[in-house]
Amino acid sequence: MVGAATSGWFLENAWLIPVIPGLAFFVIILVGKRLPMKGSEVGLASMAAATVLSVGALYQWIQRTDAAAGVEGESGPLRLLSGFARSIAASEGGAAEPFVEPIIRQWTWWQNAGIEFGLGQHIDGLAVMLLFLVTFISLLVQVYSLEYVRGDRRYTHFFAAITLFSAGMLVMVLAENMVQLILGWEIMGLCSFLLIGHWWEDEANARAALKAFFTVRIGDVGLLVGTAILFFGANAWSQDNLGTSGFSIEGISGWALSGEAGSSQVLLWGAVALFIAAIAKSGQFPLHTWLPDAMAGPTPVSSLLHSSTMVVGGVFLVARLYPVFWTAFDIPDVSLNFIVLIAGITIVISALLAFVQNDIKKVLAYSTVGQLGYMMLGLGAGAWLPAVFHIFTHAFFKCALFLCAGSVSHSGSHHSFDMKKDMGGLAKKMPITAGAWMIAGAALAGVFPLAGFFSKDEIIDNVGHNGYTVFMWIALGGAFLTAAYTVRATYLTFFGEPRGAAAGEHHTMEEAHLEAALVSHDAPHDIQQEPILEEEKVAHGLEAPVPQDVVAHGVGHDSHDAHGGAHGAHGAHSAHGSEPHESPKLILIPICILALFSIFAGFTNALAFGEEWEKFKEYVEPRPEAVELAALDEAGAETEEGANGLRLPQAEEGDEGAGGEEAPTGCGRTVPGGSADCYFPAVDHAEFTWSKALLSLAFVGAGLVTSWVVCVALYTKRNRRLVGLTDRFRPARAGYLFLANKYYLDDLYEKVIVHGLAHPIARAGYWVNQHVIDGIVNAAARVGRLFGGWAYRNIDQRVVDGAVNASGTVANSTGTALRPVQSGKVNQYGALLFGAAAVAAVVLVIINV
Amino acid sequence: MLTVNFLLLGAVLFSIGVFGVIARRNAVLVLMSVELILNAVNLNFVAFALLHGNVDGQVFALYVIAVAAAEVGVGLAMVLLVYRNRRSISLDELSEMSG
Repeated sequence: MVGAATSGWFLENAWLIPVIPGLAFFVIILVGKRLPMKGSEVGLASMAAATVLSVGALYQWIQRTDAAAGVEGESGPLRLLSGFARSIAASEGGAAEPFVEPIIRQWTWWQNAGIEFGLGQHIDGLAVMLLFLVTFISLLVQVYSLEYVRGDRRYTHFFAAITLFSAGMLVMVLAENMVQLILGWEIMGLCSFLLIGHWWEDEANARAALKAFFTVRIGDVGLLVGTAILFFGANAWSQDNLGTSGFSIEGISGWALSGEAGSSQVLLWGAVALFIAAIAKSGQFPLHTWLPDAMAGPTPVSSLLHSSTMVVGGVFLVARLYPVFWTAFDIPDVSLNFIVLIAGITIVISALLAFVQNDIKKVLAYSTVGQLGYMMLGLGAGAWLPAVFHIFTHAFFKCALFLCAGSVSHSGSHHSFDMKKDMGGLAKKMPITAGAWMIAGAALAGVFPLAGFFSKDEIIDNVGHNGYTVFMWIALGGAFLTAAYTVRATYLTFFGEPRGAAAGEHHTMEEAHLEAALVSHDAPHDIQQEPILEEEKVAHGLEAPVPQDVVAHGVGHDSHDAHGGAHGAHGAHSAHGSEPHESPKLILIPICILALFSIFAGFTNALAFGEEWEKFKEYVEPRPEAVELAALDEAGAETEEGANGLRLPQAEEGDEGAGGEEAPTGCGRTVPGGSADCYFPAVDHAEFTWSKALLSLAFVGAGLVTSWVVCVALYTKRNRRLVGLTDRFRPARAGYLFLANKYYLDDLYEKVIVHGLAHPIARAGYWVNQHVIDGIVNAAARVGRLFGGWAYRNIDQRVVDGAVNASGTVANSTGTALRPVQSGKVNQYGALLFGAAAVAAVVLVIINV
Repeated sequence: MLTVNFLLLGAVLFSIGVFGVIARRNAVLVLMSVELILNAVNLNFVAFALLHGNVDGQVFALYVIAVAAAEVGVGLAMVLLVYRNRRSISLDELSEMSG
């Protein structure tokens, strides 16, 4: 065996990663309010610990992958370096690299009818990558929240919920079986409800939280049904071949690729049900409507929810059970399937919707919907790796964009998110936020060489390569639209003339609500307004009339500085009043780190620079070559001793053609019968060509330039032909209204489905209730009353009472009759005694004689 | 023959005792009558023991004497208390237990 440290503590104990924030949640809930920082330190510490653990796991996974590929004699950084050299050799030699066995551990949770439900971990490249992503981004978001939600009325609960939220995602990422995956999935659903409705005093927020919860619930039904279908399909195969239940991800994957599932309807319906779950969770058409409304939550929540957790859950589900979808939808051999269809529609409609939004967070929300569409498109078209890579890069730049939007609202536009009313020209006032926004925005648009370029371009490339030509063009069109709406949002926020709060105007909450109410006449809840924190409300009352009060207020805040240095920054912020200014450090540092990652994350799989840059593919994508079952068993035994988990193919097998035939590509283990158990399909990768990249860059560039020109003409120069076009030109107006009403999907759901379906059902139910059930109940009551009356009169009064009274009377008369006997005279008692004794003696004599 | 005499004496004593218990009004005399009854019974025990040549009856008689002593002790104590409370030991006046 080569490379002793192929497994290692961090990989074996990766299950600790979700456990730590899970425990932290309880600590915060129970004692958080009594801690010096109101529980936020517990959340931060747990996320920091989880980040450390996941970085350790990431490092050891890289070691393990290298060791499996046969790198010897080096350790530490040298091993990493040698990885470059080896991958060149591998690509030149054309030899496939061996499958790296995931590290699977399982503990029984509960047992029922002979089926074990386990909790455990399934650590492979995908899981390790997402563990790192989720913990790292959660940590940054929590740091950001320290400043952003400071002074909030439910500060402690916010940190508790957001910590549990990350824990839920981590549980799901690690999931060894479907039951555990559902557990994590539901924890996230619950926490998203808590966090979106964080400011539930405002009814719109509470409604948004309910909407998110119920919409995702529709998908949850699909998840449960799909899991059940797959369990009954896979259980027998899984028990026979792997000794695991049909819930285990390994078992389901193996079964789906084993050929026994083949073209079976079971697999197809299981996949459809699971994909419905993914549609709801990942905000795909037609269940995307909850995502923009989810902006009602605090900005850090939106940021976390939209980057690495929650919405990625659906994409993760598809990526995790990829063999199921691969076989069920016959991905490699057709040019249209359920997944790409949904994803294609999603990309286009979400990008168009982003153009009519005035709320900066809603623009980002629709952009998330669109980017998730890209991921789904990639998965549906057989581009597994680019899709997963896009999860990775998208998380950084989308998180950065949301945090920037939060920063703008926190310090620039006075808690408003309305780009048209309260922003504009903020680039000069908030240079760091603006810079980070533009880097992340360019990454989103897919500008070379930022993160989004590599991942999005790879998806588009591979979608075309795998024969989904129509969808490649849709994706390119989507890229054009993405670039355009990003520019529109950037322009409205950071360039042009300052407007509203950005220009230093005051407007109170009441005004804002009034405006929101006016606007919401045709598009409800379009503008989110975060509640002004308590202390700032006070500040408003003070500083509204005269400027001198502002200074006084600033002094007042200085006295708070004793509470902590960061608070001093906030005091200064309030002292500035509503004048736009740069945000404090606690907000800027996470943003800057994320912006850095938005620049460099793409280089982890920069196909454009050559094969040796494909680190992401090397470490995340499961390898296609099988390993011998014998080697596996041996290694498995050793793994249990904690020594070694390395699987290596026999050396000659790779060289001989025959060996290659016995082990079909895309498989995990070779079993003695000469066949192989597969855990991952052999996906095809498109070659990178500059011509295709330039084509997509041309689309992006066209989008950027067109949008910039139109924005300048429309918003700054007030070009007469463009301004008010939607009012004058009938088709344009119709299109605008169609978009502004979100394709009437909400109306469809609320008016047609809820009113049209639920209300008749409710009415019918009411009728049944009034006439049938009430009738039955009333009749039963009447019969009961009649019977009761009869029973009262006859049985109770006569029989029962009669018996009681009779016994009383008898006792009474007997007592009266016997009363004289108890004379109280001792002599009489004595006489009775002896009389009785005499009678007894006489009786005795008579009996004996 | 001899035994019959003992039994006749026992019966006479028993009858006198019963008469005393029923007819006497004085508590002390009633107690004494009870003693008479007990001794009549004792006499019977001893007589039958003689008749059957068995010592069990005599043992039982001794046992009854012991119990009778205790009974008289308790009885006289009660009479004494009654006397202290009422300055009288007439049983006719002790009819509070009347039903």
